[in-house]
Amino acid sequence: MKRRDLIVVGAGPAGLCAAIEAAGQGLDVLVFDENAKPGGQLFKQIHKFFGSKEHRARERGFRIGEQLLQEAADLGVEVVLGAPVIGLYQGLTVQVQIDARIERVRANGVILATGASENMIPFPGWTLPGVIGAGAAQTMANLHGIRPGNDLLMVGCGNVGVVVAYQMLQAGCRVRAMIDAGSNIGGYGVHAAKVARTGVPFHLGHTIVRAEGDARVESATIAQVDNRWQPVPGTEKQLDVDTVCLAVGLSPSIQLAAMAGCRMLHLPEMGGRVPIRRDDCSTSVRGLYVVGDAGGIEEASSAMIQGRLAGMACAMEQGFISPVAGENRLRTLRDSLDRLREGPFGERIRGAEHRIQAVLPPRLEETAPCPTH
Amino acid sequence: MSDPLSKPVLMSQSLSTKGYLLPEDLIQAPGVPSAQRRQQGPVAVFECVQEIPCNPCEQACEEGAVRVGERITTCPELVAEACTGCAKCVAACPGQAVFVVDESRGELAHVTMPYEFLPLPKKGQRVTALDRSGKVLGPAEIVRVRCSKTMDATATVTMAVPRDWAMLARFFRMDRDQQSSPSSSTSESEQ
Repeated sequence: MKRRDLIVVGAGPAGLCAAIEAAGQGLDVLVFDENAKPGGQLFKQIHKFFGSKEHRARERGFRIGEQLLQEAADLGVEVVLGAPVIGLYQGLTVQVQIDARIERVRANGVILATGASENMIPFPGWTLPGVIGAGAAQTMANLHGIRPGNDLLMVGCGNVGVVVAYQMLQAGCRVRAMIDAGSNIGGYGVHAAKVARTGVPFHLGHTIVRAEGDARVESATIAQVDNRWQPVPGTEKQLDVDTVCLAVGLSPSIQLAAMAGCRMLHLPEMGGRVPIRRDDCSTSVRGLYVVGDAGGIEEASSAMIQGRLAGMACAMEQGFISPVAGENRLRTLRDSLDRLREGPFGERIRGAEHRIQAVLPPRLEETAPCPTH
Repeated sequence: MSDPLSKPVLMSQSLSTKGYLLPEDLIQAPGVPSAQRRQQGPVAVFECVQEIPCNPCEQACEEGAVRVGERITTCPELVAEACTGCAKCVAACPGQAVFVVDESRGELAHVTMPYEFLPLPKKGQRVTALDRSGKVLGPAEIVRVRCSKTMDATATVTMAVPRDWAMLARFFRMDRDQQSSPSSSTSESEQ
């Protein structure tokens, strides 16, 4: 069996940053990604990032992606694509499918950067062609140059909903309405404002009742919801749309962390069940780290810092950098992450972090998988 | 369908339920210049009232006219007397929340806004001015279009509108017949 210093699962923003940080300290790093192209969601992100200069603010996501790929290549990081990781044993033995083969690779450290999957909501007509996830809409428009539809209803007004609605306008769609069952727009007001000033109406406290059409979506019916989120009869409104786009949240992809026996915690504010992590992204399984959305839904800027934290922690653990120099770097990265999580929008994440700290043992010594799943 | 546990920020009821700020929401905003200052010449208007982690506006300004400070979630504060209305912050803002307003030109005011759609309008083109909710205000004329490499595809478009609309007009619509109207001038570009 081959052995590597570090295996990173997932070549998105978190995984690439983890690989770059570790390879920069001399670790031999192998990255697996199930997709045909690396970069994760970055290449769909045509908007300018928020944050400070250190967080690459005002740069567009896809340009950050290009630069990370270049940096990884320059550092000799090996990226294997079309390679879904299907197993993780004792935390550090990775089972991966490459073409028709299944291989096992042993590592001294493993960083999981597997991202998240989109949530869906079922309603009559939800299987009709024309009902798509926001991620699919972005893939079509921003990666392949295909307009998903002409007239679109966006379900969900979180950051994904408002950002993707704007990108659909840029692609030439008419966005007929933005709806959300909640009573407030969850995304940044500035994102909502750039959609609203093009004339798109927002209907808060509304849900989709059904999508109509024979072979594909021809219209959609929305209705107000009551305080139990049930549609209020008599408030239905039919919209002439050919596309219903769902942006109703993300769930961390935790399957490998669960398989490795990480201690988990259910944190709705992080998107569901997540592995508990220390502030360097280490889990309850020694040598195993979880970074980015796989450890709790946030955004690309914090995912990139988490990747760097884990990459540096691996380098320290394996003796590639002195404890003092490594600790300094970790402190810088933690400060940077804290700056992103300030303010009212960071409150949710800060609360979740506190709840994790409360259950975290002072030192994570467990190596045996705990059968919690 | 947002997470019921998340707590949105209620800076403006209109912004958090309809997606746009009302003129009264901006009266107390730290980044909005006074009517007196607007009448003296071009000046930036920061329509950024939520505490989001972001500060490129501060770094884009070479005049020191924008203050965010160490805590990057602080809303930008405009130092109106230092602002020259250069509009570098307009293209730098990832939230497209900065405008430049010039009310010193008599009957017409100039409103400069970020624009990320194609095709770009042309100088001299007649368009329909829209307010923050996308509601039609009326006809307007494009007087300037800038897009350079440093702006990274966020053009800044300046529109001449009646002075009463200076703090209302924030977008425009190009109708099909307007797009095809003859126009001799091409977009300015700066390197």
